[in-house]
Amino acid sequence: MLIACRTGYHYKAHDHYQGAMKLIDTLTDLANPSRFLALTTRVLPWLAALTAVVLAIGLYQSALAPDDYQQGATVKIMFIHVPNAWLSMFVWGVMSIASLGTLVWRHPLADVAAKSAAPIGAAFTFLALVTGSLWGRPMWGTYWEWDARLTSVLILFLMYLGLIALWRAVEDPSRAARAAAVLTLVGALNLPIIKFSVDWWNTLHQPASVMRMGGPALDRAFLIPLLVMAIGFSLLFVTLHLAAMRNEILRRRVRSLQMMQASQTSEASQAGAVANDSMRDQGALKPTIGTA
Amino acid sequence: MALGPYASFVLTSYLLAAVVVAVLIGWIAIDYRGQTRRLRDLEQRGVVRRSGRSATEIR
Repeated sequence: MLIACRTGYHYKAHDHYQGAMKLIDTLTDLANPSRFLALTTRVLPWLAALTAVVLAIGLYQSALAPDDYQQGATVKIMFIHVPNAWLSMFVWGVMSIASLGTLVWRHPLADVAAKSAAPIGAAFTFLALVTGSLWGRPMWGTYWEWDARLTSVLILFLMYLGLIALWRAVEDPSRAARAAAVLTLVGALNLPIIKFSVDWWNTLHQPASVMRMGGPALDRAFLIPLLVMAIGFSLLFVTLHLAAMRNEILRRRVRSLQMMQASQTSEASQAGAVANDSMRDQGALKPTIGTA
Repeated sequence: MALGPYASFVLTSYLLAAVVVAVLIGWIAIDYRGQTRRLRDLEQRGVVRRSGRSATEIR
């Protein structure tokens, strides 16, 4: 019996081991930029089509959602504001995992993923801030309040801009990657501050109404369009991120080919200079300076 | 679908989201064209990858 149990355990352990090895193989395959590009080219059209369909359904449901008894039609801003606010934090989370990939595992595509995600995350954060402001004016009577939630999201937006500036300032991608990875991981400390700011401090912003203990406080009439829009925007992020990663890989190919061209040109000019010198030494080529 | 007295706030939010998403898509599409054009130009000038494979070939 004991032997049978042990054998069964070993079979299960063996299955888990094989599963883990398959996952590692898949990740190793994707570490090859050419394979990643091939996969992206196949997947992107389908992903883009799926994103368009889900967003269209979400917009249709948002248009049909009833007015809130207190907020009236302004509740419809929630279907844009909340998914963008979620994604503003999610994208930084993705960049943080990619940064670990750069610093710890040195995955060749990790810094490509982090760099490509930053402008998309900045755009989502900008939308969360502006739509929140447009929602706040009729509901709170002000476009802006320096409360903990709004301020911490503004800091997130500024950190996105700082990261983009850092990537642009350092020419060598591998040096920029390490500095950006450290900055991203430090910036990740802001994520729990954003999430729990409404609980830790007395803020004008309302507390969480979807991701909270005890389940969502929203009625299904608002919750379903909100979740569909959140899925749609998440698919949009995945689609844009893969496309931006493809561009970044191609940009690095351009850079390496340009460097190759520059080194070939300099080698050719050096070889030409050496040939001229040797011909001059043999008297085959007379100096041109001062002969006129 | 009547949006009431705050219609301008709701419509501005949706319009702005559409513009930002359109700008993101346009920027990525233009960047892709630019990179593939540069790679093609380099290949036409005889600069090829060490592997000998085309830099624009991604299939």
